[in-house]
Amino acid sequence: MSLQALGAAGGGPQDPGDAQAAAGLPERRRRRGFFLAVLRERKAAAVGLGIIVFFVVLSIVAPYISPYSASAQTCAVYAPPSLHHWLGCDDGGIDMLSELMQGGRISLVVGFAATLVAMVIGGGFGILSGYFGGWVDVTLMRITDYLIVIPDLVFAMVIADVWGASLVHVIIVIGILEWTSTARIIRAQVMSLRERVYVKRTKGLGASDARIIGRHILPQVGPLLMANTVLTVAVAIYLETALAFLGLEDPSVTTWGTILEHAFERTAISSGAWWAIVPDGFVIALVIVGCFLFGQAIEDALNPRLKVAHLSVRRWRLRPLVGRGPDAI
Amino acid sequence: MHRADYVIKRGFFALVTIFVAITINFFLFRVLPGNAVSDLSRVPHATPQLRHALSVEFGLDKPKWEQYLIYIRNLLHGNMGISFAYQQPVSHLLIADLKNTIPMVTVGTFAAIVVGVTSGVLSAWRRGSPPDHVSTTLAIFAYAFPTQWLGLMLLILFAGVLPAGGMTNQFLFGPEPFWQHLGDIAQHMILPAATLMLTAYGSYTLVVRSSMLETLGEDYVLTARAKGLPPRRIVLRHALRNALLPMVTLIALDLGFIVGGAVLIEVIFSWPGIGLAMYTAIGQRDYPMLQGGFLILTVSVILLNFLADLVYFRLDPRITQ
Repeated sequence: MSLQALGAAGGGPQDPGDAQAAAGLPERRRRRGFFLAVLRERKAAAVGLGIIVFFVVLSIVAPYISPYSASAQTCAVYAPPSLHHWLGCDDGGIDMLSELMQGGRISLVVGFAATLVAMVIGGGFGILSGYFGGWVDVTLMRITDYLIVIPDLVFAMVIADVWGASLVHVIIVIGILEWTSTARIIRAQVMSLRERVYVKRTKGLGASDARIIGRHILPQVGPLLMANTVLTVAVAIYLETALAFLGLEDPSVTTWGTILEHAFERTAISSGAWWAIVPDGFVIALVIVGCFLFGQAIEDALNPRLKVAHLSVRRWRLRPLVGRGPDAI
Repeated sequence: MHRADYVIKRGFFALVTIFVAITINFFLFRVLPGNAVSDLSRVPHATPQLRHALSVEFGLDKPKWEQYLIYIRNLLHGNMGISFAYQQPVSHLLIADLKNTIPMVTVGTFAAIVVGVTSGVLSAWRRGSPPDHVSTTLAIFAYAFPTQWLGLMLLILFAGVLPAGGMTNQFLFGPEPFWQHLGDIAQHMILPAATLMLTAYGSYTLVVRSSMLETLGEDYVLTARAKGLPPRRIVLRHALRNALLPMVTLIALDLGFIVGGAVLIEVIFSWPGIGLAMYTAIGQRDYPMLQGGFLILTVSVILLNFLADLVYFRLDPRITQ
């Protein structure tokens, strides 16, 4: 099936003709159809979603299946991997495998919660800016432009330090830093949706702005927002590990970030305890690659033109190729 | 749009962004609850008199707008305050640190560009082949691994072979010739720069690969093939130069990330740069140092972005149309 056929099958929001042809179907069915089609068409999407689902499920059932306590000493300090402790032990004699499972719970919560904050701000900025245009657009996009240039980890360090180390602060800090590219992309999409005939007709029928945005615009940018959500989760987890490594995470919680921090601070390297470091990096990388594959596949399916060429994958997001400023992309 | 217009527009944008960064920097530390005084006067039995004396000393008894004007005036004179921990001007300390950061980041970024472009071109050239799959997979994982993890891996692998921390050998001082000192620093730089290379090269590989694929489909490449030019020449002379255009934008946009990575790398390898200074400042609650570090790094990123705009304009004047 070609990409166009994929778009038609899924009732993708790209083409007004598609949207109208599929208008007879209930909203939810069309949406679900789109994601199913993406998963069927693209192996990478299925692999990515599989990885994400695996880690989410693992985090949920972790307390029931983790072999040992993630906070009590169950073996010798930096005991190497053995039959009883598959991944060895850390500096406090805590089983690494259990600790990784526990750390994943918090890391994923931070990742998703921070992304929620980012999506509310970024989606809000993008929709308001794209829908209303004019001075609203100029103001909101200027703010976005300024924030986008400021190096995020450095900025996050400063805010997290001033506010003090805590889980909630880390979530908010990441959330308020990682919404900028989402706002840009959603804005571009909303600007084109605003000009569609069905939106103009609804407006002619006397619908309020709130209703048009809620009923007609938001559902159409949904999949794009979803793709960005998944990609932002990866960025958020990445940033969390960095902040934790710099000691700006709540010292009482275990996350994938603090595991690396503790290993570094507490001489895992000079003790030769590679098992306190290696597996942690692999789980972080796996989740991030999973988010990347899945998010990228949705984004490509939504807009084949955007493809990989114009990506800076570090931010796991679309980047303007030519031109900067509000008209980029 | 004329060239001068473009330059002025971008320059104005850069200036305003710097101003915004300065303002954020001020308000972050002054308006949010808690300030240097409430932190310093956390000693047991701090009397109201002591608090007041500290307030006056730091000028915190003045209205906010007056503090803001004083802050900007001082910055314009290059005054970033006095470090709490070192009791020396922040600007002197941080400029010294910046001089250590710049060579390491430059070498690392340059290596990332070389490796990224090479592997990207080879991937696009031999697309679909096993080497292509290996290089793209490696590239994706290279970013997915946290920077600090890559650094720790290099430490584990090369701890005995290469110097693992610092910038110079403490026992190498005095009469040794200049080149020996240089060699010493270069040896210390290998691991930090290699970490930066690993963490940054992946995005370059993927972008060069896809932009090469796009360029290889252009008509002028077909013409070159029809003329019977050897593939090497087509790829290197005709396609590569155009395919590299997005790299300029990408490198500029990546700078914020590279700076963040540099902070982590400096912490791991005890590289005495501006990132390590900020990390130490966090531990010591040395707000002026933290504020100064944030400002210097942000302003450098903004200025380098401005530079990239100009370079891009020079390479591809179409952008203003």
